Amino acid sequence: MWASERLRRIVYQLALLLLVAAVAGYAAHNLVHNLQSRSITIGFGYLTQESGFDISEKLVAFDPSHSYARAFFVGLLNTLFVSACAIVVATLLGLAVGIARLSPNWLLRKLATGYVETVRNVPLILQLLMWYGMLTELLPPVAEALHLGPAYLSQRGVTLPWPEAHNGWRAALLGIAAAAIFSLMWSRWTQAVQMRTGKRLPVAWPSLLVFVLLPSIAWAAMGAPTDWSQPVLAGFDFEGGKTVSPEFIALFAGLSIYTAAFIAEIVRGGIQAVPRGQIDAADALGLSRAQRLRLVVLPQALRVIIPPLTSQYLNLTKNSSLAVAIGYPDLVSVSNTSLNQTGQAIEAIALMMAVYLAISLAISGLMNWYNFRVRLVER
Amino acid sequence: MLKTKWTLRAVAALALVGAAGAASAGPTLDAIKQRGTLVCGVHTGLVGFSAPDKTGKYAGIDVDYCKALAAAILNSPDKVKYVPLTAQQRFTALQSGEVDILSRNTTWNSKRDTTMGSVFAGVWFYDGQAFVVNSKKNPRVKKLSDLNKASVCVETGTTTERNMADYARANKLTFKPVVFEGQEATEKAFQSGRCDAYTTDASGIAAMLVNLPNKDDYTVLPDIISKEPLGPMLRRNDQEFFSIARWTIFALQQAEESGVTQANVMKMKAESKDPVIQRLLGTTGEVGKGLGLDADWAVREIQAVGNYGESYDRNIKPLGLSRGPNALWNKGGLMYPVPMD
Repeated sequence: MWASERLRRIVYQLALLLLVAAVAGYAAHNLVHNLQSRSITIGFGYLTQESGFDISEKLVAFDPSHSYARAFFVGLLNTLFVSACAIVVATLLGLAVGIARLSPNWLLRKLATGYVETVRNVPLILQLLMWYGMLTELLPPVAEALHLGPAYLSQRGVTLPWPEAHNGWRAALLGIAAAAIFSLMWSRWTQAVQMRTGKRLPVAWPSLLVFVLLPSIAWAAMGAPTDWSQPVLAGFDFEGGKTVSPEFIALFAGLSIYTAAFIAEIVRGGIQAVPRGQIDAADALGLSRAQRLRLVVLPQALRVIIPPLTSQYLNLTKNSSLAVAIGYPDLVSVSNTSLNQTGQAIEAIALMMAVYLAISLAISGLMNWYNFRVRLVER
Repeated sequence: MLKTKWTLRAVAALALVGAAGAASAGPTLDAIKQRGTLVCGVHTGLVGFSAPDKTGKYAGIDVDYCKALAAAILNSPDKVKYVPLTAQQRFTALQSGEVDILSRNTTWNSKRDTTMGSVFAGVWFYDGQAFVVNSKKNPRVKKLSDLNKASVCVETGTTTERNMADYARANKLTFKPVVFEGQEATEKAFQSGRCDAYTTDASGIAAMLVNLPNKDDYTVLPDIISKEPLGPMLRRNDQEFFSIARWTIFALQQAEESGVTQANVMKMKAESKDPVIQRLLGTTGEVGKGLGLDADWAVREIQAVGNYGESYDRNIKPLGLSRGPNALWNKGGLMYPVPMD
């Protein structure tokens, strides 16, 4: 029976698994034993206790009477929010710079090269401190805020007029989402029609029309609210309107600009990986430069681009934990406060690691699915 | 720098995972004697408590405490290794055994005294949380209630965040906390004008102001919102070390009460007929023996750093802080050395 290779394989793997489990179990047992013998409280029970501290930026309601678990959730949302915003901008900026690096325009090409080489060779933490320092040292105090159009710029960040909470605005947001879905479906349908009949239906202007009409109709139908909350200087700060903090701006700008430099290189590499023959063929068909890029080069480059791009998204999300240096209340910052108030370092760090792992796995899962969609279909 | 902190914390956590039975491997005191140095966790740079002086050596009232302890145990105030720690790192550093003792302006409270495997030796400095504002930018702020709705810079890893939230809730005020890691980053943000106020222990504010060229622009508000009894914190596993740590506080305060100073300690030891002084300096009684030390332990401590008042005057007085609660009990303060018998 031992002669069966399959059986031996299973036995070896089982043995390895048992060994790993034993080591992990031993470590866990030791940990609990050591902590107990040092009379250090253990367990996640603290999560339900009242947190007793406040968080300056929050996407959901939070005050000191809420639990540590809720505080953790607020920090998590802040991390996800800044990462999501930065991923979008870093991708667009990286794409533009990557294409610019291959531009026939000498100045544009050199500028893009200069950007990439400078930004990606300076540590991110220094860039964050620089952005934050610029925002808080160079901008005027809040009482002398710069007035740019409707916005106010000061050391306290950017303050904008903001629509008063009303169902009309929420309906308009839904309208935008619906318009996005419609235009996606419309462009697919026109493609199908083109494949079938060779006739090309317009894409741009119907989409644009829907993007204007749908939200407007929804907004009007729900009572057409026109009340805007205007920022007014009162006491220490602006009241009303919406203020984007310098901490958020510095982190968002730092992460976007830093990661965009890496994405630009990935995009350039992806484009250069497209065989010359494809470009010649596109030229032979009489496509314009823009069409050639959009219809021939980019779809093929994407296959090369997506996997390393995924790593950049993961890096960006993890790098957002540098927020703690510039005072943005992200997951790490909030966890640190909890950790210090409760003294439960191992639990708090384990929780943070588990959450970052979950976020990263979710991002890679999503990108792998996208990669699968754009892969070369072999015929 | 942040990465190192992470590594530090991870290593500290791992040490707890891997150290099988290390807790019973022997008390801290044995380890100190064997090593020949006392490893003292101190602040990274808080003038008056622990900060590098002009010659690059650590100085301050918290540093003096470490020196006295080393003088008692190891016969030399110089046998101390100082480990600078942020508010963040300190507890893990103590729990994992990276330092023998924390002498790092740490507030004594029930949680830290009961659930974290640690215990406080006593009070080395009575402090309280205060607020400071730039009176040029905010001339109308005279008291804490004037700061309603203001943004306040605060360092993470301390009791201050929670004290502020507690005070705000109790007094129906709103503060917007802007939280930084590390005292330097917090102070810098406040000085740049990012926040209307900065809150930390009153001594910390004084330490910041003493170094500022434009310190007259700042006003410390009169409100003190918390009790901050600062003291040395150690692990629970060593009763003898705990006793030495506690009686070092009392010995230096008793020295002040009895008029024993760095300059006259040897003369006092030879000549004094006061039984209290005789017991303190070991010419009679067995205080040293009870602590597992020789009779001269307190003499060495006083030789090393002077009495409590001398250390205070050398380190804290230049910050412009009066003795207040840190005066002896018979001078209107709270410092009350337990009698030696």
